[in-house]
Amino acid sequence: MAPVLLVTQDLRTEDDLVHMRAAVKMHASDLGFSSLNQTKIMTAASELGRNTIEHGLGGLVIIEHLREPERNGIRLTFKDEGPGIHDHALALSDGYTSKKGLGLGLSGSKRLMDEFDLISPPGTVITVVKWM
Amino acid sequence: MPKETAVPLHAIISDSRDDILKEWIKAQLDDTSRSQAVPDASIKASSTEFFKLFERAISNGNISDIDRSEWEEVRHMLSDLSASRATQGSTPSETARFIFSMKQPLFARLTKDKSGPDAGAAVWELSLLLDKLGLYTTETFQKTRESIIKRQQKEMMEMSTPVIKVWDGLLAVPLIGTLDSARTQIVMETLLQKIIDTGSKLAILDITGVPTVDTQTAQHLMKTVSATRLMGAECIISGIRPQIAQTIVHLGIDINDIVTKASMADAIKEALARGGWTFEKQAENN
Ligand SMILES: Nc1ncnc2c1ncn2[C@@H]1O[C@H](COP(=O)(O)OP(=O)(O)OP(=O)(O)O)[C@@H](O)[C@H]1O
Ligand SMILES: [Mg+2]
Repeated sequence: MAPVLLVTQDLRTEDDLVHMRAAVKMHASDLGFSSLNQTKIMTAASELGRNTIEHGLGGLVIIEHLREPERNGIRLTFKDEGPGIHDHALALSDGYTSKKGLGLGLSGSKRLMDEFDLISPPGTVITVVKWM
Repeated sequence: MPKETAVPLHAIISDSRDDILKEWIKAQLDDTSRSQAVPDASIKASSTEFFKLFERAISNGNISDIDRSEWEEVRHMLSDLSASRATQGSTPSETARFIFSMKQPLFARLTKDKSGPDAGAAVWELSLLLDKLGLYTTETFQKTRESIIKRQQKEMMEMSTPVIKVWDGLLAVPLIGTLDSARTQIVMETLLQKIIDTGSKLAILDITGVPTVDTQTAQHLMKTVSATRLMGAECIISGIRPQIAQTIVHLGIDINDIVTKASMADAIKEALARGGWTFEKQAENN
């Protein structure tokens, strides 16, 4: 079955992140994710959303409900038209940061979610999925 | 040059002042979408006062440029009105209707007393004028609202990060909500100041009320812990829920050099033990 679009939202400011986290939490809990998985999804969303704002110069997030015969899932897509990520392996290595973060946002989100997909450049599109 | 119409606009308005005012006030009182935030008496008083200033302003013949000095009193009154209505809890559209509800009674006079091709033009001019005044009202309203919100945010931020003295030499900070940079700054400042004021050696940061701990929140917590150490005090982080603990591990954040406790109660016990306090329950004597 086709995915159901739940939310699309701009990501420009710290406030947008707060809204996005609330939306992610609400939908993840509606879909029936456990409290642990809700926290994981929210945390990954927080990381990727902040990257969109800090490194990607702003963009948007799309939240979708994936429906398959045997399972349900949530898919988050983060898009921006910023400078892009040129060396995927480097960006995804633990501790690599081009600013002064911990460099754990990308690799950490990958560990927190079930699927992780990065398309870049031009711009950056990151898609993550968590199955129930 | 301000445009002069055949029979001056202000003359027509002054001629039926009482009727216009009555109809205008009635329109406002009858408005079904009114929120009751503004009492009837105050609507009557401000309408009467406004109409007086409005009449005076248009009698100068300039009805197109409200930035000019002849409109100063009107602007002034509108600012005060919007500001007070914003604080009273009126809605922005309700406040704008104060001006827009003048249209009907005014236009009725223009089209009645001034038939002929000029009437349309006069209505148009007056309509533009009222739109400008309406817009001015909404903008002032908005500005007041924004400044109220800013103030409340700041108050909330300060209120929501109390530093509590639990025991001699022991402070506790229950954190509730998102720990963003601004918030961390306030927590850190108040905590460090309180450490100096009370000569405390230990502080407990409780994150039970923090919804997510991501890399940024973690960095902020670590920064606070390091700053506390520089002051010669130690920090314990408590209230790390199991979900959060697992998420931190998956993210790969290393918090091994931070002392953590599951609950605030555990943290207090640990802190008091370190301070050399021992407690025992008194035997019940009956
Ligand atoms: N949307 C993006 N556009 C461009 N570059 C990005 C984007 N997202 C990540 N990067 C690059 O990948 C690097 C690693 O990202 P990651 O989120 O892991 O660490 P970080 O954001 O630097 O620090 P933090 O641990 O606080 O998240 C970033 O420093 C940045 O150079
Ligand atoms: Mg990051």
